[in-house]
Amino acid sequence: MTGSTGFLGTALVERLLRSVPNCELVLLVRPGRRNSAERRVQREIFRNDAFDKLRSEWGDDFDEICQQRVSVIAGDVTNEDLGLDHAGQQLFTSCEVVIHSAAAVSFDSPLDSSIEINLLGPNRILNLLQKASVTPHMISVSTCYVAGNRRGAANEEFLAGTPFQVDVDWRTEVEAARRTRADLDARSRIPERLTAFRQGAREELGAAGVPMLAAKTEQLRKAWVNDEMVEAGRSRAISLGWPDVYTYSKALGETALVELHGDIPVSVVRPSIIESAWTEPSPGWIRGFRMAEPLIVSFAKGELSTFPGYPEGIIDVIPVDMVAAAIIAVAAKGPEDTPEVFQVASGSTNPLQYKKFLDTTMEWFREHPVYDANGHPTAGTEWKYAGSSGLEEQLQRVVKAFDIAAKVINRLPIRGENSFTSKFAERRRNLEQIKGYVEIYGAYGKCEALYGIERTLALWNSLPIEDQRDFGFDPSAIDWHHYITEVHLPTVVVQARVKTTPEKRTGPTRSERLRNAVLDADRHFAAFDLENTLIASNVVESYAWLATRHLGTRKRIEFTLRTLSEIPGLWRRDKRDRTDFLRYFYQRYKGAPVDQLEADAAEMLSELILIKSFPAGLRRVRDHRAAGHQTVLITGALDVAVEPLRPLFDHIIAATIDRKAGKLTGEMLNVPPTGEVRAQLMVDWANQNDLDPAQGVAYADSASDLPMLEAVGYPVAVNPETRLVTIADKRGWLTENWPKTAGAPKPVLPMGSRPSPKRTPQGVPG
Amino acid sequence: MTARRGLVLDVDRTTPPIVFHHGEGFRFEKLPTGSRVVYPNEPIEPIEDVDSAIRHALANPLGDSPPLEALLTPGMKLTIAFDDISLPLPQMQAPDIRGRIIEQVLDVAAACGVDDVHLIAALALHRRMTEAELRHAVGDRVYDAFAPTGQLYNFDAEDPEGLTHMGETDHGEEVVISKRAVESDLIVYVNINLVSMDGGHKSVATGLSGYAALRHHHNVQTMRRSKSFMDQEKSELHTKNWRQGRLIRDAGVKIFQIETTLNNDTFPSPWDFLQKREWEMTGKDRVMLLGTKKVLDKIPRRSARSIFQGIRSPFGLTSIQAGEVEAVHEVTTANVYKQHLVRVEGQTDILSMGLPYLGPYNVNSIMNPILVACLGLGYFFNLYKGKPLVREGGVVIMSHPTPWEFHPVHHPSYIDFFEEVLADSTDPEKIEQKYEKRYAEDEWYRHLYRTSYAYHGVHPFYMWYWCSHALEHVGQVIVVGGDQRAVKRMGFRSATTMRDALEMATDVVGRDPTLTHIHNPPVLMADVV
Repeated sequence: MTGSTGFLGTALVERLLRSVPNCELVLLVRPGRRNSAERRVQREIFRNDAFDKLRSEWGDDFDEICQQRVSVIAGDVTNEDLGLDHAGQQLFTSCEVVIHSAAAVSFDSPLDSSIEINLLGPNRILNLLQKASVTPHMISVSTCYVAGNRRGAANEEFLAGTPFQVDVDWRTEVEAARRTRADLDARSRIPERLTAFRQGAREELGAAGVPMLAAKTEQLRKAWVNDEMVEAGRSRAISLGWPDVYTYSKALGETALVELHGDIPVSVVRPSIIESAWTEPSPGWIRGFRMAEPLIVSFAKGELSTFPGYPEGIIDVIPVDMVAAAIIAVAAKGPEDTPEVFQVASGSTNPLQYKKFLDTTMEWFREHPVYDANGHPTAGTEWKYAGSSGLEEQLQRVVKAFDIAAKVINRLPIRGENSFTSKFAERRRNLEQIKGYVEIYGAYGKCEALYGIERTLALWNSLPIEDQRDFGFDPSAIDWHHYITEVHLPTVVVQARVKTTPEKRTGPTRSERLRNAVLDADRHFAAFDLENTLIASNVVESYAWLATRHLGTRKRIEFTLRTLSEIPGLWRRDKRDRTDFLRYFYQRYKGAPVDQLEADAAEMLSELILIKSFPAGLRRVRDHRAAGHQTVLITGALDVAVEPLRPLFDHIIAATIDRKAGKLTGEMLNVPPTGEVRAQLMVDWANQNDLDPAQGVAYADSASDLPMLEAVGYPVAVNPETRLVTIADKRGWLTENWPKTAGAPKPVLPMGSRPSPKRTPQGVPG
Repeated sequence: MTARRGLVLDVDRTTPPIVFHHGEGFRFEKLPTGSRVVYPNEPIEPIEDVDSAIRHALANPLGDSPPLEALLTPGMKLTIAFDDISLPLPQMQAPDIRGRIIEQVLDVAAACGVDDVHLIAALALHRRMTEAELRHAVGDRVYDAFAPTGQLYNFDAEDPEGLTHMGETDHGEEVVISKRAVESDLIVYVNINLVSMDGGHKSVATGLSGYAALRHHHNVQTMRRSKSFMDQEKSELHTKNWRQGRLIRDAGVKIFQIETTLNNDTFPSPWDFLQKREWEMTGKDRVMLLGTKKVLDKIPRRSARSIFQGIRSPFGLTSIQAGEVEAVHEVTTANVYKQHLVRVEGQTDILSMGLPYLGPYNVNSIMNPILVACLGLGYFFNLYKGKPLVREGGVVIMSHPTPWEFHPVHHPSYIDFFEEVLADSTDPEKIEQKYEKRYAEDEWYRHLYRTSYAYHGVHPFYMWYWCSHALEHVGQVIVVGGDQRAVKRMGFRSATTMRDALEMATDVVGRDPTLTHIHNPPVLMADVV
């Protein structure tokens, strides 16, 4: 069997082990990136709750029985000879029945990977069997939807050669798909595109340093090729009358199978939309979050009110256990001389209308509302029906608007101070998800074909009564109301992890858990960025403050205004390359007397830094020290300017300007700690002090600090800019929003208050 | 013309709405018939020739003390300590009385050939004074003469080199004061005795001391046993300070104490309507009051704050006495009482107070919620002699906007106290036990206290301890017009209007309670009989 780790595959393995006593299984499983094929079988198949029944039946013997009856071979249907070694090939070809259930089921796979798996996968199996000169019964799992976007009856017959399938040569399609990949890859490497990718990387990460930007650029290039391949698949499928690349590749796969099967007897089983189990192994059993569920949950949460489909349309759902039973029955019956098709679908004999499905769902959610995080029930709205295209367009528009807004926000120097940006990112992600579901599901909503199941029913009727009892697959046995309200929806809400009780969450929230982890005594150190992480200020401001402290009032205002007027230019420079910006900017300190700067910096602590500080951040630094962690400040700010913060930190890494004769020269002594340099300096310091970066915590606000955040085991995004919000969210990092103190003085301009001119002591008056 | 005494007004139907202080603004409250309003005494006539009075006091000391001149000899070490920015409230119009006294002391010192002189702002654990504030207190002439040479400075209670441990009292209380003061041949301490708690042995024993000594009386138990801390005969705080002060005296440290009392002429024109009795206001007063309220309600709090913080009081000097600490303080206390005491018959079920924009710890700063609590439950509540104005189990209603706002430079440990400590508990004893030491010894707070302008890390604890007598005594505290979150954090209840607050109070004190409102400031002290 291939595809045993999938939804249908797992159900088949369980059913065969439990209900076909002497059957032995050979599972061809693709090794994962981290797990071997055997381990995947243990983790993904045998630990699934589908096996609860068998485990309790077999008790302690479970593992042993599985060991005896199930062999695992590591392989991959996209490779020649299925990527099997000699022993694997022998085991594979020794089987009496081959059930091919592996597929790229995603509707938005890239064109070539769909072709490789769905079209060529069956061919490779045939090829291997033919080479070994064996003729087992091959049962290939396909889908009813190979019938394409047509109306009316779709019977259990192959489509090749009928008016329902455009006459295309599958070999040409394979070649074209491979060529398209090569073409797109070449197109992605032209200079204009590469420039665009680099710009994209910069927009996403800011000035994060060369290695990180390069990695991101390459990632964007690959993503672009992939997206284009997805689009190529979609458009090719639609151009030939299929809703998506999945059905297109599956259909051509059937055609190739019929053409090439030779002596090998072949049957094709076509299920419609496979959903949770009717009775076996337990009512409602489901694996993963499938097609309709996200839409149902979105509806229950009130996020979606329009359904892609027509009220009188038929939603052709079939419980997974019926499909598994049908496949086993086909295997038991044995093959005919010519390949046969068995459709497993409910639409023609026991149709479920959208309206009924949705009304029942709505009714159920009224009785079992979904609760939000605060324990308030959310109300689903009345469904509106829309041809999916209208809805898609509408969602597309909204997502586009969000994208434009995000671009604008990314460019603005605003932060997640009020968690506006993080809410924004979350909302957008939500929308994106719904849009994705609507796109893929909408295509099925539009399908108005009725799938005939005469051959399947005939098979069912031919079964002895006890087999009919054990292997039910007559869809007319389904009571839809019962199925939706008692079987399916209760599973959906569990799978989707939505709350159906009003109790408030007990125990720590996710943020609290992360915060506890960050402050755990096992951590070694905490590294802090300064600007916008601990204080809402920057090097330009502190420079202006220090430089104006000894000027006369008029000159001070002039100077400050002049500096402020330069900010847009400085800002652009900063965005391009922070190191370059700091080098350029710090030249202004040329000639500044060191001892005066030191004295002024002490005053600046009170007049600028503390006023703009985030008290919760300063508290956090001390929490780390209380927890026994080393604390380190890593900043591009000037060492003299941050010296007053020394009592908070065990170590300070800051920019240093060379000194000569008690004055600053304006030239930097080292590469300023920004981007990847910052990460390197932090790791060097940790290593020197026997501290493990994996046990380190880093706090920063901007995507340009990514190297530093990625270098530690516990990154924390503080008041993150929009780009970092998205990244932190995706990776499950702790995000903190630390405000300035309400009521803090708001100086109009960053100007140093003037110390009184030193007067000569007058001696005791009088 | 002698000043009129304060009075207790019985509210009847004809009584106009009462003006409540309400932070940087006012409220007008029509109090229920039968309520009482306690008005302060009017300002006592001040001394006209202040300089002569100072000269007279220095030359004619009280108690067992020679005149200042006789105490000064060439080559001696002289330390002049003076009260910090927390006195008087509001700051007084220039010239500040401290500066006028210090100038005369320096004149005498110069005449006697003393040139080793240090001037120290005796701020204990308060924030350092800024240059402008020091200039205001001592005057430009003194500042320019002494600050540049490092002879005029803020006291630093965390300077490990700057303190001397003098031993323990017979009750085990450590005594620690400024090393410079101990080593001086004479300390001249210049006081402004705004309320009856100020001055006496507290001046040196507390003002020039640090955490190690202060923790012996700045704690919950002492505050709960001081009924009230404004009444020397019943104040454990006073008793402990006196024990420490006498130890300092007995160790041979010579102190020449100068104490001054001010009248309660608090508000200059155009704010003088704030010290008038409502039914005596002129048409102009009413127009000013209404107009000011309209404006203050409209403008941002930040602006209102800077307007109010700009007020400088026309306080007049009512007495100055110098010499031996205890003899001086006895006269001073009598003079403070003369201005402040107002006789009130019997206690009340509900005590209401309008809290102004200013307390001792937010001069040129922000009155944060902890300071609001301290002003109401620490200071106003304790301004009594005899019995508390409110009966045990009664209700205190305070009017103040109580914004969730803090000054990041002046009150950093307050922010953390509010976010961390009060979020955990509002019980003073639990807080003292669980958190005090950590805050008091925190490196960062210590750094900010010493080099920036921050109150000491432990200071917010003292504010909360200041409330502990009231918290133990009353049944409920209601804040009218406050930020609900901030009020809740402190364990109080918030009401939108006075009417709601009175309604809520009946849950605690029953129907038809008695209500007494103290019309403060100008400061008054209730003599409850």
